[in-house]
Amino acid sequence: MKLELQGITKTFGALVANDHIDLEVEPGEIHCLLGENGAGKSTLMNILYGLYQADGGTILLDGTAQHFAGPGDAMRAGIGMVHQHFMLIPVFTVAENVMLGHEQAKLGFLDLPAARAKVREISARFGFDVDPDALVEDLPVGVQQRVEIIKALSRNAQVLVFDEPTAVLTPQETDELMAIMRQLKEAGTAIVFITHKLREVREVADRITVIRLGKVVGEASPTATNSELASLMVGRSVELTVEKSGSVSGGHALTVDHVTVIDARGQVVVDDVSFEVQAGEILAIAGVQGNGQTELTEAILGLEEHVTGGIHLDGLDLRQLSMRKILDAGVGFVPEDRQEDALVPEFTIAENLMLDRSDGEPFVKRGTLQLGYLRSFAADKVKEFDVRTQGIDTLVGRLSGGNQQKVVLARELSRELRLFVAAQPTRGLDVGSIEFVHERIVATRDAGVPVIVISTELDEVVALADRIAVMYRGRIVGIVPGDTPRDVLGLMMAGEVPHGTEVAA
Amino acid sequence: MTGSENTAPESRSARVLREIASGGVALTVLSVILAFVIGGILIAATDPTVQQTAGYFFARPTDMLSAVWQSVSGAYASLFRGGVYDFTAPDFQGGIVSLLSSLNYATPLIAAGLGIAIGFRTGVFNIGGQGQMLIGATAAGWVGFALPLPAGIHLIVAIIAGLLGGMVWAGIVGLLKARTGAHEVIVTIMMNYIALYLLQFLLHTPVLRAPGSQNPQTPAEKPTALLFSVFGPNYDLSFGFVLVVAATIGCWWLLSRSSLGFKLRAVGENPRAARVAGINVNRTIVYAMALSGLLVGLAGVYQVLGQNTTGFGSDIDAGIGFNAITVTLLGRSRPWGVFAAGIVFGILQAGSNTMQVAQGVDIDIVTVIQSIIVLFIAAPPLVRAIFRLPAPGSRPRAARSKKVAEAK
Ligand SMILES: Nc1ncnc2c1ncn2[C@@H]1O[C@H](COP(=O)(O)OP(=O)(O)OP(=O)(O)O)[C@@H](O)[C@H]1O
Ligand SMILES: [Mg+2]
Repeated sequence: MKLELQGITKTFGALVANDHIDLEVEPGEIHCLLGENGAGKSTLMNILYGLYQADGGTILLDGTAQHFAGPGDAMRAGIGMVHQHFMLIPVFTVAENVMLGHEQAKLGFLDLPAARAKVREISARFGFDVDPDALVEDLPVGVQQRVEIIKALSRNAQVLVFDEPTAVLTPQETDELMAIMRQLKEAGTAIVFITHKLREVREVADRITVIRLGKVVGEASPTATNSELASLMVGRSVELTVEKSGSVSGGHALTVDHVTVIDARGQVVVDDVSFEVQAGEILAIAGVQGNGQTELTEAILGLEEHVTGGIHLDGLDLRQLSMRKILDAGVGFVPEDRQEDALVPEFTIAENLMLDRSDGEPFVKRGTLQLGYLRSFAADKVKEFDVRTQGIDTLVGRLSGGNQQKVVLARELSRELRLFVAAQPTRGLDVGSIEFVHERIVATRDAGVPVIVISTELDEVVALADRIAVMYRGRIVGIVPGDTPRDVLGLMMAGEVPHGTEVAA
Repeated sequence: MTGSENTAPESRSARVLREIASGGVALTVLSVILAFVIGGILIAATDPTVQQTAGYFFARPTDMLSAVWQSVSGAYASLFRGGVYDFTAPDFQGGIVSLLSSLNYATPLIAAGLGIAIGFRTGVFNIGGQGQMLIGATAAGWVGFALPLPAGIHLIVAIIAGLLGGMVWAGIVGLLKARTGAHEVIVTIMMNYIALYLLQFLLHTPVLRAPGSQNPQTPAEKPTALLFSVFGPNYDLSFGFVLVVAATIGCWWLLSRSSLGFKLRAVGENPRAARVAGINVNRTIVYAMALSGLLVGLAGVYQVLGQNTTGFGSDIDAGIGFNAITVTLLGRSRPWGVFAAGIVFGILQAGSNTMQVAQGVDIDIVTVIQSIIVLFIAAPPLVRAIFRLPAPGSRPRAARSKKVAEAK
């Protein structure tokens, strides 16, 4: 089916999120949509999917104008969408979520077995490992992302929108997804693909449209170089590699000693893990999502219940401390799932910037919020981290995905730190912002703070790490120097230690 | 505003207008208006003259129309007379009596409504208002009739006893929820029964029962413990109302200006993020329940020391614990919203008495109006559709626990 968007305009108050956007996607075409955080990509796609009503413009499918009152209409018209912020019901199982909206019934009973079979079939096709009967709320974000994809694919849509589907996928999964996208394209599906990862763009895109500040600023050819694409997106040239001097080790700072974590279902998710991070060093923890990295960070932060082993920071026993005390001791934490764990969507940007410092100075004095201080602090941070917003009183839930992430980073990076733990710190950020955040992380390291970065993104791991620990099935396969070749890392992520690999202590 | 040249600063008035049009204020006001319209239809339909004239509607339609007008305008005029200002009274003093009695009715509704609002904002559903009021009233009432204390001190001690009573009763629920994960709705309901039967039992023992009486009723409160009238005997406005104004200011400060309120709201909106941000979620929930019970306790205090001072029985809560939930919903859990909603309900209550006496309109019509208001508040999309209001410009929500279930 051919998709045409003509003159789509959408305003939020005084903000023009989409300004007369034209977009054409032919059947059998993968059309990439590029643009910096807050450019208006998700808004445009939400309009297409009937979640927002456009203030102007038309949506045409095969030449006929469409009027979508809601996603139901869009779905019936043959549009499927993988949302950047997942639209899953946490208390439903995977299979229930997948069939939601087009429930099939047999004699008045929901045909769950059919839905389960569907989930299995699609998972098998993609090489995804998803249990149809797992509750969505129990799944890590990476798996939730897969559920979103399965859901969109299960309906045989003619027009498919992927809004940053690869943000939490591993390279292998991404490759598989791109292979599927090519398959679908061969079958004549029109695909819109939003991503900030230029490698993916060049790999699958047939056409590229770049949006900036709500307007189409041009088309790019898939053969364009990374830096050409990057500068089209953000309107300036971007440094794609981080400047980084050798690390100046300042002695052991964090020691993790034989740590084992058991999850709520009694499974060992982190298995006897030991490592050290020195002051002024970045240790990257690489690995396929769901191999215990999340639980390991949560154990360090005191968020896991069943932990054994020792975790010490500068001689301080973190396991004896409450979350509050750990934060007060100067541990900065960027959780993996920003919407669930890091932000209160109904709070303003300013309120979210003080979320984990709601107890003492400078934001609270004698039990009273220091609103004047908070306002100037928030205004500074919004400027410093380039959060695209109408003001510090904007609700965080209304920000674009990348800008929400910037709020979390701004909060965690703007206090006295003694340890910085960041899970997927640049998830959903555009290239310009990644450059900035990487600089900030390296600056944090250079200030003598031990840094742990958890990332499934090899580019990020290689760019930042002084040493790399690879996790597989809850164990550390090995800790290798930051300049270890990618193919070696890839093998290690699959659980093998290639011969001749020097394992750094 | 940074970086995005495509945004012009929105003018303040434009923003206010948009917020009113898309937010809760318009919705609330329209719900109230719509409820009155439907109430009017019911008043007309049940009016005997209207029914009679409807019989020959096609012969002389004006008869019925004027009868409708007569009944509806008459009823609402008397509602106004009884609830706001009696324009038939000879002087100001006689006229304003109506408003003062409305404010007195509103007092316990606002107090308990504030308590329930604090719970809502923290994400806990306190429907134990009845039990907390009973315990608060019992504590305050007992101090009031049993302890011989000097004037002034007596009132203060009685009030504190009532507040503590409500606080403890709700605090138990908070502790149970925090410790064992017991659901507060079930526990508060059970605590309602425990409070009720405890009070009934005590009313049959000398602890509470008036000496020499067989009725399950306490003795009258001592005059030193009574909530006095602020403006003297001619303008009867209870000191309880002043307390409630102070409580509203306090709640506003707590929720929007204090560190504790910040934590309450964070826990209410996203407990997971609150926990990761180092907020002790369980402790915050206990605080919320305790504060909630304290305010509901104030409603109990008013009942025994302001409203019903001649001794009380086990019906002293007068259903306020539940009506306050309605008030809270109407006030959208905002302190000043609850305050305004409480006054609206107070006016309805005071006015309905006059309406019944003067126009013979059944007092229950007011209950119907109140219920319709709640129905509309609870079904905002419906009202939005009826009036074609713009949907609030919120982003589509991500999968988030309770919210999604609500939206479905
Ligand atoms: N419901 C809303 N209310 C107010 N503003 C909104 C709303 N939804 C989006 N916006 C604003 O519209 C702009 C575009 O947002 P959008 O989510 O489309 O960006 P995006 O291009 O998808 O960015 P990202 O790459 O970060 O996901 C942003 O400035 C955002 O703050
Ligand atoms: Mg987006």
